Amino acid sequence: MSFVTTGFGGRRRQQEPDLPPGQYLAHDFPVLSAGPTPRLHTDRWEFVITTEAGAQTKWTWAEFTALPHEDVTVDIHCVTKWSKLQTGWRGVAIDTLMEDVESAADFVMAHSYDGYTTNLPLEDLLDGKAWVAYRYDDEPLTPEHGGPARLLVPHLYFWKSAKWVHGLRLMLEDEPGFWEQAGYHDYGDPWREQRYQGD
Amino acid sequence: MARAAVPGRLTWQKAVLQSASFETPTARTLVFDVPDWPGHLPGQHVDVRLTAEDGYTAQRSYSIASASGLSITVQRLDDGEVSPFLTDIYDIGQPVELRGPIGGWFVWRPTDPAPVQLIAGGSGIVPLMAMIRSRADHGVRTPFRLLYSVRTPQDVIYADELRQRARDDRGLDVEYVYTRVRGSRIGVADVNTHAWPADFKPAVFVCGPTGFVETVADIMVALGHDARGIKTERFG
Repeated sequence: MSFVTTGFGGRRRQQEPDLPPGQYLAHDFPVLSAGPTPRLHTDRWEFVITTEAGAQTKWTWAEFTALPHEDVTVDIHCVTKWSKLQTGWRGVAIDTLMEDVESAADFVMAHSYDGYTTNLPLEDLLDGKAWVAYRYDDEPLTPEHGGPARLLVPHLYFWKSAKWVHGLRLMLEDEPGFWEQAGYHDYGDPWREQRYQGD
Repeated sequence: MARAAVPGRLTWQKAVLQSASFETPTARTLVFDVPDWPGHLPGQHVDVRLTAEDGYTAQRSYSIASASGLSITVQRLDDGEVSPFLTDIYDIGQPVELRGPIGGWFVWRPTDPAPVQLIAGGSGIVPLMAMIRSRADHGVRTPFRLLYSVRTPQDVIYADELRQRARDDRGLDVEYVYTRVRGSRIGVADVNTHAWPADFKPAVFVCGPTGFVETVADIMVALGHDARGIKTERFG
């Protein structure tokens, strides 16, 4: 079902070729989170990968930032309809973090310091598709945008890119995270407009 | 015609504008006729989709303003693509597409006994008004406080209704901060004076522009409120 709403012209007719359906271009960087912004100190920060067997691999901030990093320029798409093109990040690829982790898991729950969670298929984090990012636009990542470090999974809606990320828990079966339990899509592909459960 | 009822699936529905009124010169309430609106919780939102004659579409999310039925209040953004249409051009009887209700986090449930602290910045009042209306509709006595930061008295959305509700209902307390009038933004003293103290363990809902919500949420945490009890909704 689709019909014309008479009188609606739409102003931004230069529909960008690389915008997913239903998205519009944002030039600022809107902030969306469900609660207060946590202020985290890097001297107490750690990143933890927990396998389905309970084995943990941990990095302190110093260890984490000493890992090989990548500088990437990617487009990001928020489910609240804004997209931002050509954003520049520095982060550690999940491939690098997973190098010595033994697991048969197919799914991951990302956990954040504020209690936020989001679920993803493991394969969507590998092969150069995802990072734990700690610099944005040549500056340290600010708390509002998820600093000191956030997950960066640009090919999925941006709620999957958990702010203030604390770790990844590997899972044999998929489980819904925070927004996913509240009706948002388990996968969240912006190009297929998978905003909500059932899309 | 019955819609396919796929549980948990949000389908686009045709909604017709039934009535509309201006709350301020730039904020317009739209009351929709949606044949099988399933109901919603206060704090949830809807997605609205507009289609131009050449097939171009635009979608936006709007907080629900009503406790029952479906109405939204749209704040005109002068450089906006959708809001000026909805406030200035969109006419009674015209259809749009919408789907919802959406969102299960920034919601108040009438069965929750905790006292409620609402803090609104500008048009961030909309989902909080749905909570105030829902409380009244359900006849519950849960104590509510609203702290509403807005530029001037003329910018207050739902001004008459808020005045009347606060007058008639001892369980609802409404305080205003007029930032343009006094020349400063909301601060620790405002929140400390007018909001429930942290000891009361209130359910806190903060809604407004990003900078406002960041400031208020930081203040609440600094005043000893449990971060897990503070729910935020940011826009812009």
